[in-house]
Amino acid sequence: MNAYAPILVLGGLGAGFAIFSVITASLTGPKRYNRAKLEAYECGIEPTPQPAGGGRFPIKYYLTAMLFIVFDIEIVFLYPWAVSFDALGLFGLVEMLLFVLTVFVAYAYVWRRGGLEWD
Amino acid sequence: MSATAVVHSLLTSAAATPAADRIPTPHIEYAQLSPVLIVLGTATVGVLAEAFLPRRSRYWAQLGITVVGLAAAFAAIIALAADGYATTRAHIAAMGAVAVDGPALFLQGTIVLIALVAAFTFAERRLDPVAHGNRVDSFAAQGSAVPGSPQEMKAVRAGFTTTEVFPLLLFAVGGMMIFPAANDLLTLFVSLEVFSLPLYLLCALARRRRLMSQEAAVKYFLLGAFSSAFLLFGIALLYGYAGTVAYTGTATAPGIAQVIDGSANLTPALANSTGNDALLLIGGAMVIMGLLFKVGAVPFHQWTPDVYQGAPTPVTGFMAAATKVAAFGALLRLLYVVLPGMRWDWRPVMWGVAIVTMVIGAIVAVTQTDVKRLLAYSSIAHAGFLLAGVIAVSPSGVSSVLFYLVAYSFVTLGGFAVVTLVRDAGGEATHLSKWAGLGRRSPLVAAVFAVFLLSFAGIPLTAGFAGKFAVFQAAAQAGAVPLVVIGVIASAIAAFFYIRVIVMMFFSEPQPDGPTVAIPSPLTSSAIAIGVVVTLVLGVAPQYFLDLAGKAGVFVR
Amino acid sequence: MDHLIGALVGAPLLGAAVLLLGGRRLDRIGHWVGTLLAAVSFALGVALFADMLSKDTGRRTFTSHLFTWVPVDSFRADVGFQLDQLSMTFVLLITGVGTLIHIYSIGYMAHDERRRRFFGYLNLFLAAMLLLVLANNYLLLYVGWEGVGLASYLLIGFWQHKPSAATAAKKAFIVNRVGDVGLSIAIMLLFTTFNSFSFSPVFGAVRDASGGRLTAIGLLLLLAACGKSAQVPLQSWLGDAMEGPTPVSALIHAATMVTAGVYLVTRSGAIFNASATAQLAVCVVGAVTLIFGAIVGCAKDDIKKALAGSTMSQIGYMMLAAGLGPVGYVFAIMHLVTHGFFKAGLFLGAGSVMHGMNDEVDMRKFGGLRGYMPVTFITFGLGYLAIIGFPGLSGFWTKDKIIEAAFAKGGGEGWVLGVVALIGAGVTAFYMTRVMLMTFFGEKRWQPDAQGHQPHPHESPKSMTVPMIILAFGSVFAGGLFSLNSSFLHWLEPVTGYSEGHSPLTAWQVSVATFVVLVVGAGLAWQQYGRKPVPAVAPRGSVLTRAARRDLLQDDFNHVVLVRGGEHLTRTLVHLDHSLVDGAVNGTAAGVGGVSARLRKVQNGFVRSYAVSMLGGAAVLVAATLLMRGI
Repeated sequence: MNAYAPILVLGGLGAGFAIFSVITASLTGPKRYNRAKLEAYECGIEPTPQPAGGGRFPIKYYLTAMLFIVFDIEIVFLYPWAVSFDALGLFGLVEMLLFVLTVFVAYAYVWRRGGLEWD
Repeated sequence: MSATAVVHSLLTSAAATPAADRIPTPHIEYAQLSPVLIVLGTATVGVLAEAFLPRRSRYWAQLGITVVGLAAAFAAIIALAADGYATTRAHIAAMGAVAVDGPALFLQGTIVLIALVAAFTFAERRLDPVAHGNRVDSFAAQGSAVPGSPQEMKAVRAGFTTTEVFPLLLFAVGGMMIFPAANDLLTLFVSLEVFSLPLYLLCALARRRRLMSQEAAVKYFLLGAFSSAFLLFGIALLYGYAGTVAYTGTATAPGIAQVIDGSANLTPALANSTGNDALLLIGGAMVIMGLLFKVGAVPFHQWTPDVYQGAPTPVTGFMAAATKVAAFGALLRLLYVVLPGMRWDWRPVMWGVAIVTMVIGAIVAVTQTDVKRLLAYSSIAHAGFLLAGVIAVSPSGVSSVLFYLVAYSFVTLGGFAVVTLVRDAGGEATHLSKWAGLGRRSPLVAAVFAVFLLSFAGIPLTAGFAGKFAVFQAAAQAGAVPLVVIGVIASAIAAFFYIRVIVMMFFSEPQPDGPTVAIPSPLTSSAIAIGVVVTLVLGVAPQYFLDLAGKAGVFVR
Repeated sequence: MDHLIGALVGAPLLGAAVLLLGGRRLDRIGHWVGTLLAAVSFALGVALFADMLSKDTGRRTFTSHLFTWVPVDSFRADVGFQLDQLSMTFVLLITGVGTLIHIYSIGYMAHDERRRRFFGYLNLFLAAMLLLVLANNYLLLYVGWEGVGLASYLLIGFWQHKPSAATAAKKAFIVNRVGDVGLSIAIMLLFTTFNSFSFSPVFGAVRDASGGRLTAIGLLLLLAACGKSAQVPLQSWLGDAMEGPTPVSALIHAATMVTAGVYLVTRSGAIFNASATAQLAVCVVGAVTLIFGAIVGCAKDDIKKALAGSTMSQIGYMMLAAGLGPVGYVFAIMHLVTHGFFKAGLFLGAGSVMHGMNDEVDMRKFGGLRGYMPVTFITFGLGYLAIIGFPGLSGFWTKDKIIEAAFAKGGGEGWVLGVVALIGAGVTAFYMTRVMLMTFFGEKRWQPDAQGHQPHPHESPKSMTVPMIILAFGSVFAGGLFSLNSSFLHWLEPVTGYSEGHSPLTAWQVSVATFVVLVVGAGLAWQQYGRKPVPAVAPRGSVLTRAARRDLLQDDFNHVVLVRGGEHLTRTLVHLDHSLVDGAVNGTAAGVGGVSARLRKVQNGFVRSYAVSMLGGAAVLVAATLLMRGI
């Protein structure tokens, strides 16, 4: 039990701070509403009226996001390999080339099938 | 200067620094992993073909690539088995991640053959009427087009087809092949995801009734993710208990099995956590739950009917057959290799699951009115029968389950292939009332379907009987007689609805607006023929295959 | 050589599979495929025969074990073959006559659009019949037994568009079921008594079994034999079975399948030898049938039905011989083989006549055909001489032996059986002479058929006459060949055993008596049908004639005793079934259905509720696991 005590304490402190901040802000802050405050903060899609018939967001958003994640994760794998390149030797190089090649297959597919074109 | 160093000096400025401490490179037995590597490599080639070949030549190219790849993988499996990897030379490859032994090779071979037959049904293009001058298969023209939208119309008119189904099939097969061979929990989880994700996609790609198909895929995805979470959580708990994710190991580098039976040299910190059996019990139960979801055992079965019904029928056939094989393989390995020391804990629980699965699968099937849902409930009941064999924890338990899986999967593939033939204006006519009098209109198709149903029901001289007999015998030998009694009662209930379909096909008047039976190409015909042949051969002369399964039924530890 | 036995059965089985599954694209070559595979099977049979001849007499039995179907404890359903002299004889008869009849059918069925299917069924029959005689255990024999029953059903009803054919097929099937039930119960009794299905362990242990059991088994086997071989009281189906195409009548309902009962009794000789009661029953059945069939044969105007009556009667002879025990087994089989030749020849001749006469079967509308169909006339005539037992021809050698053996049974029984057999020979001569005279002699009584076509009798094509000629050779010479140095006796004796009886009459006396009876029978027939013109419409005839025309009222008997009685029984049972059994069954079904409908509601299609039930299930599972441990 003792071993886990610091974690509990940390969690308690975090929760306490969050509650304290929210309550303090609501008590002390000035309340002047305007349009900008209702809009999404920094990122995300502008809230526009839905197209007729319910509609959907174009799939392009998702596609682009997914592609970003795929290549982002590739970087995540590349980075530690680059750092310990020396220690991994030839085996590491070959395996990493295989990995990159495989990701490039996906890239080639996306590129040829028009996944990179916005319109 | 080594090649590495040359590249290194080109890429980094750290060439001058002294060589860092070498990390020992892992040892990978590529030859022994070749069946899986061939399948995944073929899938990659398929993706490239999809990217660079012109649209018209893709279908034949993909079919060729898939068939060649699967055949090569099967040849590799046979070569490994012939080299004794299934028996005397069975061992654990890839740094303890993958087992190469009898059950693994047997199940991999089965999965590859299932995939080969399934690929034939995937490629069938003669059933749907020719649309705008193009022959079409069971899959959506363009998966991303909104159902009923102008884009979809455009895609259909242009004769698009989703030939990506073939690489997707291969990726799923690759994952399924690793699944029963996985020898640590992480490989288990990764392979689970590798085969699940393509399946989710395949489920969404039906050409007809697309909304239902997409709904099925979303349900399957959500519930699959939910069960993956259970599995992952269980893995974490087991790791917390044993300090390792490996199934087996040595005394100095123990696997979970060694930790459980107390033959491992434990560090003091670990010795502390192993004292806490709750971690082990909860973790083990949750990992088993993840697998039970995949086999469709009650109470994790509810996705089955909805997904089987919504998915394109060739995919349903593949999923019903191959997923069950892979998941039962993984379940067997987990229970027989990792948790045999805990069998006094998990056996009673699995008893309960098996009983509930058999009974609910059989009972609910009675009131089904849709052929695909009927077969889905039948697959749930069959999962229960298979669990009866799993519970035996004996060599005959393993061999009987292996045999049952082969018998069941080819019959299932054939059964769903027959379902694709019976069509009306809206595509497949799956409502049972439409099958009335099919025997009058198309005696051959009805007779073949009757053979499959009899095999499902377990009538002697069919594969289903031999399989059921084997698992019940194994269960009875292991002392689970009450389980066998309930199993037989459930079989009797199940026989009722199979026979009812047969009676309906042969002894009721055909409806005037009934469905037509499409004439399939040799692709589907051969899938159905293989199903019939396996049903009869395994039913008439099962002993050879039981012996084969018996020989292959020893897990490497 | 072991593999060849499998191939022997496999070749026609392959043919059946290819022809029945192959579909229309095989229509043009189907009959050749079927015939070729039958011939392959025959060639294999000959090869095995040559191999067997090269071995010592004592070492001529091969057994070959293919596989065991799910063994449990001592219950072993083996698929294994036993080839000895007895089965070898059958193999040669089945494949040899079978191949000839395949060839004949090429011509006979040339205008039938379902010819491919016909050959598929014929091949199926061959495979099943070979399985029946090659099985080394009763269970596999049963498979073959049912297989030939199926093939027979399919072939009798081959022209299913004719209601009479469909009815005849059904009748054959149902009557055979009665016999089959006997066989299945006999097999069950065998297993409980001897703990095995295989021939050799069973026959080896007969000594230790109780007499009552053996009698029961013997009588049940006899019941089975009665069904398959159309013996009284299960004889009624054979006449109607003539609705099938004539080659079928020749192969299945004359030469091979109907003799399966004789095979069964001979094969189970060890059991019958141990039970005098069962043996006597076999003799009685044989004797009654041989007279019964002969009388029916006298009255029929339909040429095929007359021959069918004759078949029944001749199998009666075989049964009688088989019932005599080791004295008669060899002669039963010997008569079976020669009968296979001449009866198949007679049927093929009848088919040839029908072929030339617009498918007319009424002999009263034939007459004077000998000049128009010389080959048919001569081959049919030789078959005729063989069957009545004209000295020197096949029937003479084999039938006389049976009559002799019947006398040799000794005592009052021997006299009764012998005299019956003797009278049977006379009646045989009468009805066969009648057939001969009405068909080939006298004035032409031809009449146009239903469409008004006047018949133009002509000789049949080569593919039909050649098999007839070959069979005629068999009819003439086979018997003499078998009797030369008692070669057949020495050949079969190691399997069936043989003991010389003590006949009160010498062989000469029997032969002379038989010949006298024969001449009297033939003379009477000539008196009635040769000297006077045959009326084109059957005269009313005596009470006996009218009864015989109606198959001695067998159907009426069956109707009154079995159908009426059965109806009463069924009505009672149906009532009980409705009130008691159905109540229970339907109650259970309704209960299951109700539970099912309720459980179905859980399947509401919402992912959220599925997830909740998964979560609940998970909680229960974890809790149960923990509870098991008592944590």
